[in-house]
Amino acid sequence: MISYWPLIGVAVVIAGFAIRLNPVLVVVVAGLTSGLSAGIAPGDLLALLGKAFVDSRTLMLIAMPLPVVGVLERAGLREHATAWILGFARLTLARLLIAYLALRQLLSMFGLIHVAGHAQTVRPLLAPMSEATATRMLGPLDDETRDRVRALAAATDNVGVFFGEDVFVAFGAVLLIQRFYDAKGIHLSPTEIAWWALPTAIAAFVIHAARIAVFQLRLERRFARARRERTDG
Amino acid sequence: MLKLVHVFYVLGALFAGAAILNLRDRRWALAGVWTLIAVPMLLGDAMLAAAQAGTRWPLQAMGLGVIALGVLAQLARARPPDDDRARAAARQATVARLGNRLFIPALAIPLLTFALVKGAPYLRLGGSALIDLAVPTQIALIAFGTACLVALIVALRLTRTPPFHALGESRRLIDTIGWALILPMTLAALGSVFDKAGVGAAIADLVSAVIPTDSRFACLLVYALGLVVLTAILGNAFAAFPILMSGIGLPLLIARHGAHPAALGALGMLTGYCGTLLTPMAANFNIVPSRLLELRDPYAVIRVQWPTALVMIAANIALLSLFAFG
Repeated sequence: MISYWPLIGVAVVIAGFAIRLNPVLVVVVAGLTSGLSAGIAPGDLLALLGKAFVDSRTLMLIAMPLPVVGVLERAGLREHATAWILGFARLTLARLLIAYLALRQLLSMFGLIHVAGHAQTVRPLLAPMSEATATRMLGPLDDETRDRVRALAAATDNVGVFFGEDVFVAFGAVLLIQRFYDAKGIHLSPTEIAWWALPTAIAAFVIHAARIAVFQLRLERRFARARRERTDG
Repeated sequence: MLKLVHVFYVLGALFAGAAILNLRDRRWALAGVWTLIAVPMLLGDAMLAAAQAGTRWPLQAMGLGVIALGVLAQLARARPPDDDRARAAARQATVARLGNRLFIPALAIPLLTFALVKGAPYLRLGGSALIDLAVPTQIALIAFGTACLVALIVALRLTRTPPFHALGESRRLIDTIGWALILPMTLAALGSVFDKAGVGAAIADLVSAVIPTDSRFACLLVYALGLVVLTAILGNAFAAFPILMSGIGLPLLIARHGAHPAALGALGMLTGYCGTLLTPMAANFNIVPSRLLELRDPYAVIRVQWPTALVMIAANIALLSLFAFG
């Protein structure tokens, strides 16, 4: 008989996020509730938490580019990225982001996942470039629009890396699938599995590129309307 | 030989430095947070080795540290952004002097990572491999860490920045990200508790109790949506995949309805990824960047990407029903 008590932990997560407690606190409380309600002894639970924490150190590699990025920002990298991208007179926000999406997908198809990312490319380069291009197209951005443009840049990086992964080079996910099947007596080669990621990769590019184009179109309409209202008033 | 643990030592030094600078500014909670991150970076291998040898208290102490992180994260106040204008003139001067050369260190990270990954089997230093090849999945991480360090040296020389300032600048960015930076590791700890407590199994059991097993499409739908929901709860498709696969994929879709395993596995995993786009539990992708880009709403990235995720779910289900039974 399977026990449903550990599901309390899931409820804690959902409730905690809903009432907007600090997510780290929510996660810790959820872990404790779930573990204790499953009957794990407190000493074992502490060791389990500690071991999982130590085992997941690679996640902190996201901080590795921060020193370079910090030094370059102090030297004016963001300002220079802005000036540089404005040199491309015909570039639009949508063209910039779609080009980045294509590049990110292609690179990660060949297993080059860590070459770009939120710390090393989005914050110092893609976000200021997107903002600058949008400002040239539309005029000064309000805080709300500026945040949405930056968020779209981050989302584009996510979509690119997620749906490019594992097409030509068998990496994490494909190997996990292969090992899973292997243990159950179904034997497949990694490339046999990896190829099936290609249709999704193409779909992701088309869908997200279309969303970027729509995002830009809506911004243009809104700013044009605001300009008309200003001149009429 | 460069090993992954050396990259961890660099990160440990970075967080220890950030902790000391915060201590000096009497920002106790943040100083505590960065100290608790520096510990597993510097001593993690020793803790794991001790546990192997039967001494559990270091890991248990780390477990207490994780609980303390939850409390400290609630207490730590976000750092107000620095006054940008104060240094604007200095920045303009370096930009005027360096121009496009400023891009060199930024581009050095991807190019060097690529070169080191591809060159890893051939690069040698003093009779042994330059990069530890023992664990294939770690090669890219070691290459990335090395590339970041080399790029830092290039950046310091190019901009003539005193090395000590690198720590101050890193600390500025680390503090800007704040609690979001520790969320991914805390979530990984939660994931392993969920796993041990049988949360995934309980969900799979609930799901399979309501599923109409005779309908091929209903099974497929539950498999796909189950992957999305469980990934959103666990924050990671890798954790959700084996649960849904053993619960529904293997017994119902493959054994009973004759689905194609390769297509079912690959497309299923990618459907799970759509769940990753929807959830704050995937903090590295969704929460860290909104702090990193100084957005006012921590969920801003999820807000712009959920429509893409929903359409992708529909597209994946269509692809699954097209190819899984082909």
